[in-house]
Amino acid sequence: MSRSHPFNWLGWSSFALLLVTWELIARATPKLLLYFPPVSRILAALGQALATGSIVQHGLVTLGRFAEGYLLSAALAVTLGVMLGYFRFLHSLLATSIELLRPMPSVAIIPVAILLLGIGDGMIVSVTVYASVWPILINTIDGVRSVDATLIDTGRTFGLNSWRILRQIILPGASPYVVTGLRIGLSIALILVTTAEMIAGSRGLGFFILDEERAMNSANMYAGIVVVALMGYALNRLFLLLETRAMKWRHGMMARQVA
Amino acid sequence: MGSENPTLQYSNTPVPHSNIPVAILDVQSLSKSYRQSSGETTLAVGNITCQVEAGEFVSFVGPSGCGKTTLLMSIAGLLAPSSGRVVVNGKEVNGPPPNLVLLFQEYNKSLFAWRSVLGNVRFGLDARDDRSAAAESKARKLIELVGLKGFDSHYPWELSGGMQQRVAIARALAYEPEVLLMDEPFGSLDALTRLELEDTLLRLWAELKTTILFITHDIEEAIYLSDRIWVLSRRPSQIIQELKIDFPRPRHQVTTRAEGRFMELRNDIYRQIGNQGIP
Repeated sequence: MSRSHPFNWLGWSSFALLLVTWELIARATPKLLLYFPPVSRILAALGQALATGSIVQHGLVTLGRFAEGYLLSAALAVTLGVMLGYFRFLHSLLATSIELLRPMPSVAIIPVAILLLGIGDGMIVSVTVYASVWPILINTIDGVRSVDATLIDTGRTFGLNSWRILRQIILPGASPYVVTGLRIGLSIALILVTTAEMIAGSRGLGFFILDEERAMNSANMYAGIVVVALMGYALNRLFLLLETRAMKWRHGMMARQVA
Repeated sequence: MGSENPTLQYSNTPVPHSNIPVAILDVQSLSKSYRQSSGETTLAVGNITCQVEAGEFVSFVGPSGCGKTTLLMSIAGLLAPSSGRVVVNGKEVNGPPPNLVLLFQEYNKSLFAWRSVLGNVRFGLDARDDRSAAAESKARKLIELVGLKGFDSHYPWELSGGMQQRVAIARALAYEPEVLLMDEPFGSLDALTRLELEDTLLRLWAELKTTILFITHDIEEAIYLSDRIWVLSRRPSQIIQELKIDFPRPRHQVTTRAEGRFMELRNDIYRQIGNQGIP
């Protein structure tokens, strides 16, 4: 990243201050214990859950479902997006359906998925795929269409066939859009995995968080939230790291345009 | 887009030293019409017949919007002509021919943003699956020849417009096409860069003995560069005059352009185009 800023002391300090404030208020107000246990309690609960390994188990389940759903969704959406961006007829054929389905909040599909697939992994992964397909699909279509005709003609005049034009010109040309879609899709996939786990199933962080809430173990509930948050943060950082590697040319270009 | 290019071998045809002219490019009664969205058919290129000999530098000059780009795209096999045909080196054009390259005016749209300068110049060689060491050094040599030594690993966006067009020229020449078509390649460059690039192009043309078919709306540029000029009418474009330009080479931006004959030619062409009423 050209955005590899120096460490943001101010930002982290204000966050730390927030936690300290929470800790102090929670300690001073025992009435709040159920709703806002002190940060130290939450961390202790987290430590214990990690030590017993229970939260690790749930975390791995969630991560596995996420990975399966997200990767499937990416493969599906990029393939379909390239085809829809490339073949005008196919796009006309499906554009209306896409425009009507896409704005629907994806969680609304969960009952349908439960009806069809039950409450197992298959349901959760399917819902995740369904939700994260849209941003990747739409961005890939736009990306393919954004590739300038002159660029394609340049490929043709150098004797490239259609397949190589797709691989060597259209895919790299569309890649900045695809990457944007993938980044949005990543967050959505994580949201849907967690949500679906809360509604159905007996494993995963979503289940853990809701289960602990029902058992009034709010420190454990928060511990689960912390793990999901860290997972989201780590996955986003990993994505940015890979993106920076793959899209070096793009980052310099954008930096230049901003400057 | 279903063009096939079964053979991409390049054979470096030497410029014949005999006096028998060899038409490397033969355009026969080419016309191209468009169907507009309104349903009307517009004739962009009307019945063009011309021959370019191997090693020549020939230019089309015409008013803007006269269908020059359509003409060049048709010759390059990127557009199918409505009637007539194009023959390159004895073979009828039916899709982009392997020994011909079209260089576009819009360098910012024709360079691959994700490839470095070297990567761009190598593009045509990669397209031919030539990954030899010779190809590599050929690409580097051309980068040097167009005056971009040391910029191999830069990306296009790091370069000025003039430098980007130099990359496009190096890329086209690295492919060693027998015929190079150029569509107003210097049209969007500033005047000084333009003069510089004209000379770079002439130097490379003399060195590599490529056949060049050049399009411009700049009359003086056409005279300065060419062996022959075809003056095009307004749309639908037709050749209304052919001129032989026999200034000795190498030409010089100051002395060649200062010759009285240069001005005569310029005025002559200007009248030809102007007679049809400049919009």
